[in-house]
Amino acid sequence: MKYLDAFRDRELAESLAVKLRLTSKKLPRPITLMEVCGTHTMAIYRHGLKSAYVPDNVRLVSGPGCPVCVTPMGYVDAAISLSHRNDIVIVTFGDMARVPGSNSTLARERAKGADIRIVYSPIDAVAMAEKEHGREFVFLGVGFETTAPTVAVAILTAERDGVKNFSALTAHKVMPEPMDALTEGELKIDGYICPAHVSAIIGEEGYRPLVAKRKIPCVITGFEPLDILQGVTMLCKQIVDGRAEVENQYRRVVRPEGNRKAQETLNTVFVKSSARWRGLGDIPDSGLSIAPAYSRYDAAIKFSITFPDVKENKACLCGEILRGLKEPADCRIFGNACTPETPIGACMVSSEGTCSAAYKYGHQTV
Amino acid sequence: MKQRDEMVLLGHGSGGRMSQRLIEKVVIPALGDSIVEGALEDASSIAQVDGEMFFSTDSYVVDPIIFPGGDIGDLSVNGTVNDLAMRGAQPVALSLALILEEGLPMDDLAKVVTSAGKAAIKAGVKIVCGDTKVTPRGSCDKIFINTAGIGVARSDLNISATNATVGDVVIINGAVGDHGSAVMLAREDFRLTSLVRSDTASLNHMVANLVSAGINIHVMRDPTRGGLATSMVEIAESSKVSIRLDESAIPVKREVMAACEILGLDPLMVANEGKMTVFVPARETEKTLSIMRSHPEGEDSAIIGEVVEGIEGRVTIRSTVGGLRIVSRLEGELLPRIC
Repeated sequence: MKYLDAFRDRELAESLAVKLRLTSKKLPRPITLMEVCGTHTMAIYRHGLKSAYVPDNVRLVSGPGCPVCVTPMGYVDAAISLSHRNDIVIVTFGDMARVPGSNSTLARERAKGADIRIVYSPIDAVAMAEKEHGREFVFLGVGFETTAPTVAVAILTAERDGVKNFSALTAHKVMPEPMDALTEGELKIDGYICPAHVSAIIGEEGYRPLVAKRKIPCVITGFEPLDILQGVTMLCKQIVDGRAEVENQYRRVVRPEGNRKAQETLNTVFVKSSARWRGLGDIPDSGLSIAPAYSRYDAAIKFSITFPDVKENKACLCGEILRGLKEPADCRIFGNACTPETPIGACMVSSEGTCSAAYKYGHQTV
Repeated sequence: MKQRDEMVLLGHGSGGRMSQRLIEKVVIPALGDSIVEGALEDASSIAQVDGEMFFSTDSYVVDPIIFPGGDIGDLSVNGTVNDLAMRGAQPVALSLALILEEGLPMDDLAKVVTSAGKAAIKAGVKIVCGDTKVTPRGSCDKIFINTAGIGVARSDLNISATNATVGDVVIINGAVGDHGSAVMLAREDFRLTSLVRSDTASLNHMVANLVSAGINIHVMRDPTRGGLATSMVEIAESSKVSIRLDESAIPVKREVMAACEILGLDPLMVANEGKMTVFVPARETEKTLSIMRSHPEGEDSAIIGEVVEGIEGRVTIRSTVGGLRIVSRLEGELLPRIC
C-alpha cells in the first residue's frame, strides 16, 4: 500500500469512525477538543472529516497554532519599516509577505521597490548575506518549535562562517504555554489534539507538565485523516475513562523524548521569554528570544527596533477565533471584506489559518 | 567576426544587420519547417477557411525557461494551440513574438525556438509571423514569449464554458499537477531532484478525433494556472450549475503527490499544460473515453465527476477518505511565473 493512500483509506476511515461513534456514546457530556495546530485545521477541512465522521457530541475547535496568525501586527510593522532602509534586505517565508500590518504588507512594499526575498530555508539568507557583503540581511523568524531550530542553525552557521551581515528578527513561540493559558480561558476545553510536527521536536515530554498541572487529556496526533480520527477517538476514550494523560498516536514519527539534537540547538541559541500573542495577549515563557551570547545576530538589538503596540481592526474576530470562542462564520467581515485575496485578519492570510481553511474548503454545510 | 554570436546583445534587437543575422542564423533554422514562406514580411496572408474562426493569445514568462519535460518554446506553442482546441478549433496560423534579455546564451535561444518549431509541426500549425525584441539586462528575465493563434472549427459545434448541463459527465485525459510541480521543483530554491516532468503537449489532434466522431461536447477546458479546481469553479459559475468531483477518481502521479505534500500544495490547484476536461452527456461517456484513451495524450483518461442539481457555481468533492467539501478557485498566486 502506498504511504499517503494508506492514511486516507476510506474503508479504514469508516471502521475507525464506527469505533469513534461507539466511544463517543459513552461520553458523560458533549465535549470540546481543540486542534492546536493549523495543519490539523487544514486537514480536517480538506478531507471533510467533521461532517463525515465526527459525532455531534464531539466539537472540534481550532486553536492558536498557526504561527503567522498569532504574530502581532506590531512585528509586521517593524519588519515593514526595516524594509524601507536601502541597506537592508528582508528575507522571509512566503506566508509572512502577505500579512497585513497597520498600513501595508511586505508584498506591497516589495512591489514598491523594497528588497524582500522569499526563501524556503533560513540558511538561504545566510548564503545570500555571504554573497552580498555590502548589505544587511534580516531573516524574519516566525514559528514554533519546528521552525525555531532552523533559525538557530542559520545563526550558528553565520557564526561559524563569520557572516556578520546576517541577523534574525524573531517572534518565535512555543506551544505548551499557550495551551496552558487557554485552559483558564472562557472556552472549556476537554482535550488537546497536540500538533504533529511540534511534538516531533518536543516529544511526549513536552506536554507532561501541562497534563500534570491541568489534568487535561493530550494526544499527539499525525496530520493524515486516519491519524486524526484515531487521535480524536483516543481523546474520547481518555475522557470516558476519566484519565488525563499524554498519549502518542503519531509514534511513527514522534519519540517520547522528542528530537534531542533540535532541542539542544534551540536551547543554545534561544532563551524562553514572555511573548505577545495575537488574540491571546502576553503569555509568560511562551516565546523564544535570541540568547545574550548571540545578540549580535538579533536584528531587534542590531537595529534598535521596538515593536509598536498596534490596535487591531475592530470588526476582525481573529482573537476570538484563535481562542476557539468563535467560528469564522461568526465574523461579520469573513468572506466579504476579508478574503484570502484581501485579508484583514491574520487567520485569513496564512494557508494554515482557520479562516483561510474555512474559506477555501467551505464550512460543513456542503 | 564569428558566424554566430555566443549571446544575445542589445544590437540583435536593433532591426539592423545584427537583427537580420539573429533571424537568419538562429531563429529561422531553429524553426525549420514550421514557418511559412513570407513569414518575414510585415504581415502574412491567411488562406480562406471554411467554418467558424477563433483567435487566441497568451504570453509566457515561465522560470526556469527550460524544465523537465519541456521549455518555454513548446509551452508557448502548445498553450495557444490548446486554447483554440478547447473551443473545438484546429489551429491554422500562429504568431511567435520573442522578448529577449541581453546576455541570453544563444544556445538557450536556439534550443527554445527549436522546440517551439517542433511543437508547431506536431500540432500541425504553421508559424506565419513573428517578432524579436531585446531588452537591456534586468528589464526582462532571459526570455518572454507571446504567441497568438487563429483556428477554425466546424460551424455546427457549440463548445463553451457556459454549456455544462445537469447530467454531464466530467472526463479528464490524465494525471493532474505535473507541469506546476515540475517547474517549481526545477527552481533552485528547493534543491530537490525528482522524477516529475511537465505534461506540456498539444491536445488539438485528440480534440479533432472527438469532434469527427460526432461527440456532443458541451464544455472543454485546459486546467492551466489555478489547476483543475479553479477551472471547475469557473465552469460551474459560467454554466450556473453545480459540479460534484470524486477525489479518488482524479489521477495524480505518485511523484507529484509526494512533491505537493512536501511543498504544501494541493495537486488540484497546480497548473497543467497538457490536460483537458471534457463535459459530455452521460450516454456519450464510453465512446468519449475510448476515443480519448486511444490517443497518446489520453491514455489515462478517467471520469472524475458529474454536473448535478445544486447551488449555482458550487463545486464539491468527495475526498478520498470519504468526507465532502467545497472546491474553491485559487486565490492570489500559488507561485509566480509558472507558465
